[in-house]
Amino acid sequence: MNDATRPERDRPWVFRTYSGHSSAEASNALYRSNLAKGQTGLSVAFDLPTQTGYDSDHPLARGEVGKVGVPVGHIDDMEVLFREIPLDQMNTSMTINATAAWLLALYVATAERQGVAADQLRGTTQNDLIKEYLSRGTYVFPPEPSMRLISDMVAHSVNAIPKWNPVNICSYHLQEAGATPVQEIAYAMANAIAVLDAVKARDDVPDDVLPEVFARISFFLNAGIRFVEEICKGRAMTELWDELGRDRYGVTDPKLRRFRYGVQVNSLGLTEAQPENNVIRIVLEALGVTFSKKARCRALQLPAWNEALGLPRPWDQQWSLRIQQILAYETDLLEYPDLLDGSHVVEAKVEELKKAAQEELDRVLAMGGAVAAVENAYMKQRLVESHTARLRAIESGELPIVGVNSYTETEPSPLVGDDDASILKVDDAAEREQIERLNAFRAKRNDADVKAALQGLHDALSNGENVMPPSVRAAHAGVTGGEWADTLRKLFGEYRAPTGVVAREAQVADEANQQVRARVVACGEKLGRPLKILVGKPGLDGHSNGAEQIAVKARDVGMEVVYDGIRLTPGEIVQSAQDEGVHVIGLSILSGSHLVLVLDVLEGMNKVGLEIPMVIGGIIPEEDAKTLREAGVKRVYTPKDFDLTRIMGEVVDVVLASAGVG
Amino acid sequence: MGRDLAARLLARDRAAVAPALNLVDDHRPEARREATAVLAALEEKVLFGGARRIGLTGAPGAGKSTLLDALVRRLRSHDQTLGVVAVDPSSQRTGGALLGDRMRVRSGAADPGVFIRSMAARERLGGLAEAARASVTILAAAFDVVLVETVGVGQSEGEVADLVDTLVYVAQPGAGDLVQFMKAGILELPDVVVVNKADLGLLAERTANELKAGFGLGERNGAWEPPVVLVSARDGTGLDELETALQGHLESLTAEGLQTRRRRGRDASVRKSLERRYGSHGLTVWGGQAKLAARLADERDPSGFALTETLGREIEAALRTTETSP
Ligand code: B12
Ligand SMILES: Nc1nc2c(ncn2[C@@H]2O[C@H](COP(=O)(O)OP(=O)(O)OP(=O)(O)O)[C@@H](O)[C@H]2O)c(=O)[nH]1
Ligand SMILES: [Mg+2]
Repeated sequence: MNDATRPERDRPWVFRTYSGHSSAEASNALYRSNLAKGQTGLSVAFDLPTQTGYDSDHPLARGEVGKVGVPVGHIDDMEVLFREIPLDQMNTSMTINATAAWLLALYVATAERQGVAADQLRGTTQNDLIKEYLSRGTYVFPPEPSMRLISDMVAHSVNAIPKWNPVNICSYHLQEAGATPVQEIAYAMANAIAVLDAVKARDDVPDDVLPEVFARISFFLNAGIRFVEEICKGRAMTELWDELGRDRYGVTDPKLRRFRYGVQVNSLGLTEAQPENNVIRIVLEALGVTFSKKARCRALQLPAWNEALGLPRPWDQQWSLRIQQILAYETDLLEYPDLLDGSHVVEAKVEELKKAAQEELDRVLAMGGAVAAVENAYMKQRLVESHTARLRAIESGELPIVGVNSYTETEPSPLVGDDDASILKVDDAAEREQIERLNAFRAKRNDADVKAALQGLHDALSNGENVMPPSVRAAHAGVTGGEWADTLRKLFGEYRAPTGVVAREAQVADEANQQVRARVVACGEKLGRPLKILVGKPGLDGHSNGAEQIAVKARDVGMEVVYDGIRLTPGEIVQSAQDEGVHVIGLSILSGSHLVLVLDVLEGMNKVGLEIPMVIGGIIPEEDAKTLREAGVKRVYTPKDFDLTRIMGEVVDVVLASAGVG
Repeated sequence: MGRDLAARLLARDRAAVAPALNLVDDHRPEARREATAVLAALEEKVLFGGARRIGLTGAPGAGKSTLLDALVRRLRSHDQTLGVVAVDPSSQRTGGALLGDRMRVRSGAADPGVFIRSMAARERLGGLAEAARASVTILAAAFDVVLVETVGVGQSEGEVADLVDTLVYVAQPGAGDLVQFMKAGILELPDVVVVNKADLGLLAERTANELKAGFGLGERNGAWEPPVVLVSARDGTGLDELETALQGHLESLTAEGLQTRRRRGRDASVRKSLERRYGSHGLTVWGGQAKLAARLADERDPSGFALTETLGREIEAALRTTETSP
């Protein structure tokens, strides 16, 4: 069929690929080649120091620079990142939260240098801190100033950058932390209400602008493998949002009440075992969020088949982009009006989800809303519980995962070599080079300008003025991200969110669990006191799922567990292990900085003469696992080790062997 | 090793603290003996000396850990070293326990001037109070200040009060703590009352006023009336006042009062340990409360841990005699 004979088609959603690594230069090249392949929007992944407001040479940035995203420390980096990419034509999504105001300021300043006015810019800053506390882990400041920064950005953009989505309410990350569809809906709505109420309360946002504000709020959803339910979830949220706009915020124009959302499909369910199967999962999930025209996503990004192995290479990402293009251009999906309208089955499911979500939402609102339910750990605890339930179902086989707990027989996969060549490896030189660039940048800027800009930022914030204008000035003056964030840290303080792992033990009746429990008790008898484990998360890595579930499981088999949440330094972990008198240390690292961090912890232990066995888990390629075992790590676990009961049994073995009482 | 460990602790060797705490938690017979020796040696020195001891208690979620963190940073800035014991409730069925989640604020790099040990309130061989007392004794030898965090409303305060020089009760706005205290009849226990989360505004003030009125009713000997301090552990409001209140209480005790208080704590713990081990029957057979009071008053035996062992042996002997007679 040529175009002339083809029926009229809807415009496809925006195709994106979440990417960035090593340096602004390397990432710019990647973006341009992705755009050349037919990608229609950009989605920037920043490295963890950039996301948490540390310069590349900060001690906490060690091992993390350029690893899981691009380092952008100052205006020069931002300019290089978008070199030859005209910002007035681009739709850029930035996954940035605690430091969102800063990165938007750099983006605006870069556009100004390209000769593009701010009101021409289109794109999104994620800027959703509630889900950072609940799942994503790159928060910095306490909830209250965080909400203020968010509402500052909303208030500023509505006038100055009107096509920008200043905040993107994310339920994506909640599902990745174990949320059920009902929790995803309810907590996303609670979150949006918290933001809107904060904006509404401002003096500088007149009531008649509120409908515009409402319309600027976009969402970022997940789409799991139960794709029928996921379609219904999208429809349920569309309806709930419409009702919320009408009833709570008095938005009369239905156009302004449209539920606009982007999607990244589920990654939590992508497996290390038989990784080629992931492509099928991704296709089905992508179909789910595009199937129903009424609730079709506006933008889509897909993970790659090797998600659970490590970072994707350009070819892996290309394969995922092709999924989108085939769906949009080859299939007839875009030729029809909504395919599900009139389906009683879908209608009933949507109603069911709406009802349950409304109940959970009411519960959260009754306790004071999303911020209160972050602080009292309510939402986080519910997520950890849901995730525990999910893992139990996988362990028992009740929830089949093909290739993992069923149909595990397999031919060797030609996609995975023996040499770990099937993932992207970031060159270790990236960190050093980035620090060199940072130093060169610092040397050439005008120190007086920088000082004045930081003072201006400080004064504006303490006077309650909007964060954006002084941040744009700071960007032009040559301030770095670390300096910007330090200024805010001094004013606002820092925060540690509740871990959601509760002391209360769950009822686990299965026999394997009982057996391990008995072994834990017996081990405690031999040791003279109950087996005590430290579960530690060193570095900036915010992936807490594994650590939480290991902590929960250890508790449920009768161990005493010390778990203090994410982002500890190796030094803090060593001291804590020593002071707490634990029998074993378990570290969980998924951000790729395991070599540096684990070796740092081991070295620290050595220094104080602490002889405790260590086990680790996370995204650890076999080659690195070998290195770490040689360095003294007793066991290394990866996502394929889904049997938590077995892991706990092995931890007991390790402790007994090390104590010489086995 | 026992004496040696005690000597190292008294010389403030930080590396000896964790092994000592592990030892006193160890239930194997040879460890128990050694632990008693260490504790007896330590208590001789620190019963009336050693670190100042402050307890933080209050309902779950009141903000004890956050406040503790704030206090730690303050005291560190005055160059004081700190030992912290945090007692967490543990699950009944398995003994599994989740400790931690108390690092509410980034304290930055590891700091050797702070030592934190968390304990599960499991069914301990020696009971919780005894285990906590052992830990406090060890930390009191090696650090300038000892802080104890426990959860409780109107139940376990008595036990904590026996462990520390100053008991801080942490309340939160609108939580109705006062009623619990009145019910439990322990209005006289707290030495300082904190209403945390002052940043929540009016509600916090109202709660403070209620508590002021309520705690003023407590029967107390001496002139000290527990001040009610409005604090925000989060933004630092009221921490100066809290420090002043803590200092005020310490001064009001005077050296003599402090001695009396610590002795009372020691006596209570000896009595409870013996009652728990031998029951009131055992005590009666041996000579009863009157005899116990006399022995506790005997100045030659400052260490409660040693005294408990000595008296325990006497009671066992007494029990054997009654059992063999027809
Ligand atoms: C879920 C997830 C997230 C969630 C995390 C939610 C949370 N609170 O944990 C969200 C969406 C927030 C997230 C965000 C990011 N993610 Co992510 N994420 C994943 C994903 C899909 C699953 C991880 C997971 O939770 N699995 C479930 C748990 C239970 O499994 P697990 O941790 O592996 O633990 C098992 C074993 O490993 C072992 N184990 C683990 N730890 C320990 C510890 C001990 C003591 C023991 C005994 C055993 C053990 O036991 C567990 C049982 O099976 C992985 C890919 C994948 N499929 O594995 C990517 C992945 C880890 N993420 C990745 C990245 C890059 C990110 C980001 C940094 C992206 C960015 N630039 O912003 C962000 C930022 C996160 C941050 N702050 O650090 C990369 C890391 C790349 C690398 N290592 O080189 C991965 C591998 C995806 C990819 N291929 O690119 N992510
Ligand atoms: N608004 C406000 N919140 C606070 C303050 N202090 C603590 N919190 C919050 O209250 C919650 C509980 O704080 P914790 O310090 O863990 O309380 P806790 O008393 O130690 O709790 P448990 O050990 O579980 O009994 C957390 O969400 C804290 O962030 C404060 O001064 N103001
Ligand atoms: Mg606490």
